[in-house]
Amino acid sequence: MSEQPILQVQSVSKRFGGVHALENVSMDLYPGEVLALAGDNGAGKSTLIKIISGVHHPDEGKIWYNGAEATFENPQKAREQGIETIYQDLALADNLDVGANVFLGREPMRRVLGLSVLDRKKMRVEAAEALRVLDIRIHRFDLPLRSMSGGQRQAVAIGRAIHWKAKVLIMDEPTAALGVPEQRKVIALIKSLKQSGVGVIFISHNLVDIFAVSDRIVVLRRGQKVGETATQATNSDEIVRWMVGG
Amino acid sequence: MSQPPTANGKPETANRLDELVSERTTWAGSVRSTAASMRAWIFLFFLLVGFEIWAQLAYHTTFLFNPFNASSIAVFTVGPLLLALGQTFVVISGGIDLSVGFTMGLAAVVFSRILNLSTGVLPDPLALVVALVVALLASAVPGLINGLLIAILRVPPFIGTLGMYGVARGIAYLMAGGTTVPISNPVVSFIGNQPLTLLSIGDFHGSIPIIVLITILLTVAMMFMLSQSRFGRHVYAIGGNRQASLRAGINVSRNTIALYILSALSAGIGGILYTARFTAGAPQAGETLLLDSIAAVVIGGASLFGGSGTITGTVIGALIIAVIQYGLVFVNVEPFWQFVAVGVVIIISVLVDQTQKQLSGARTDE
Repeated sequence: MSEQPILQVQSVSKRFGGVHALENVSMDLYPGEVLALAGDNGAGKSTLIKIISGVHHPDEGKIWYNGAEATFENPQKAREQGIETIYQDLALADNLDVGANVFLGREPMRRVLGLSVLDRKKMRVEAAEALRVLDIRIHRFDLPLRSMSGGQRQAVAIGRAIHWKAKVLIMDEPTAALGVPEQRKVIALIKSLKQSGVGVIFISHNLVDIFAVSDRIVVLRRGQKVGETATQATNSDEIVRWMVGG
Repeated sequence: MSQPPTANGKPETANRLDELVSERTTWAGSVRSTAASMRAWIFLFFLLVGFEIWAQLAYHTTFLFNPFNASSIAVFTVGPLLLALGQTFVVISGGIDLSVGFTMGLAAVVFSRILNLSTGVLPDPLALVVALVVALLASAVPGLINGLLIAILRVPPFIGTLGMYGVARGIAYLMAGGTTVPISNPVVSFIGNQPLTLLSIGDFHGSIPIIVLITILLTVAMMFMLSQSRFGRHVYAIGGNRQASLRAGINVSRNTIALYILSALSAGIGGILYTARFTAGAPQAGETLLLDSIAAVVIGGASLFGGSGTITGTVIGALIIAVIQYGLVFVNVEPFWQFVAVGVVIIISVLVDQTQKQLSGARTDE
């Protein structure tokens, strides 16, 4: 883990009408670290990641990214600079193949007889490379994603983020819709992400997953940060107490 | 709890299970995509064989091995195919364009009117160019409005284009004065009715009607656009997952507007070629072709839920419709049966597609 945090959230507050969705929340994320964000429904997890990814703007407080103060107008701007969010529904086009999904919206072209055509081979080769880095096995790169398993699809979403050089990866309940073997697969994926130096913010309801994968845990309750600890130094009882406020 | 990782950092059982899962689903996936395109080919084959047998038994003549029939079927294909080319893009994006038939009629009437105004004033070929440009611009208008309604105001495609069906129909009839508009430009009637000899060896003359040649060139261009361009790729993406396309930074609104304009232009070209063939522009030129265009796209393997379809499939679909229509005329069946046959074929192909999806499309994680 390097010394300099890749992302810093400084005293961020956000109100929707009279509701304090977030109050004075601060946290740091280091490269190659998995930070788990825990909390009950309505604790402010979603608001926090939406502020980091450029969907919402903080009413008070600052976000520092890569050593500079960051104000992302929209998620597109945040993504261009390397903050990628993988939502639960993965945002994949199930009717297209792996290469097409990794390069969706940024397709490489090549020239054939003066005409500009999609460079399918480049897409396939580079998508395969991105997945190889993550140690994913996909046998056929020419088939639509709908023919793939949940874990493989998750891998494609992560592979896309890796290929586009994400420095911060926000994963919102990545294991929620998966069967047990697939969940393990995703946990393994996140571990290999760490090795490539990406900072991961991991949101989950599942304490087993949180303990399996994270380095640090931040717990939110009613918009406030109520606890932060190294994962090794705590146990699920303590996290649950923080979450429910016992 | 996760298992201890193996040398490559992954739990061993996850690896093995993933391979199993991937093999099973791979098989189902490839069967489904191949089946959609094979179905149309097989259907066309049996249709041709069926008409051949019918012609042999009833009239002791050949249906297939007759150059005149081949040429007539090609000419019959032009109308449905031109409408279906643009419709293919729209259906793949998850929409539908019900206005194409009367956009075709509108283009036919505008083309005839402008041609009649400019012929005599300008040299014949130049008059054609002027009429062509104006007619294409006129046909783009309903497409633009469709696109704006659907992309910006989020009107469902079915309703937006149904409204445009009425508007284009009314304006086409108003501009035609409620009747057909005959034309008398020799260049246009030459293009509409003459074959072009491509190959002459001794007594053998390989020729092709000019309007068929134009249609082939357009088809190749559309095929290229759909399968090789970024625009084509984004049409598939929008039809597959609109939300994902938005998040990937694809300008969904602009692409949606572009593809309804493309559909309208493809119908407009259909109207212009219709006028050339019959030397008259009629507001009802495409009235019966809406059904045919949707049929061609669906028979060609496109899903009405969006996300899949090919130009090749649509071409086969349009050929199937032309063979049904021409074949029924050839074997002397009352022409109204054509509508019945095309309607039944649409329903059957959608049913077959649904059944196939249920049999093979189920994902293992559901």
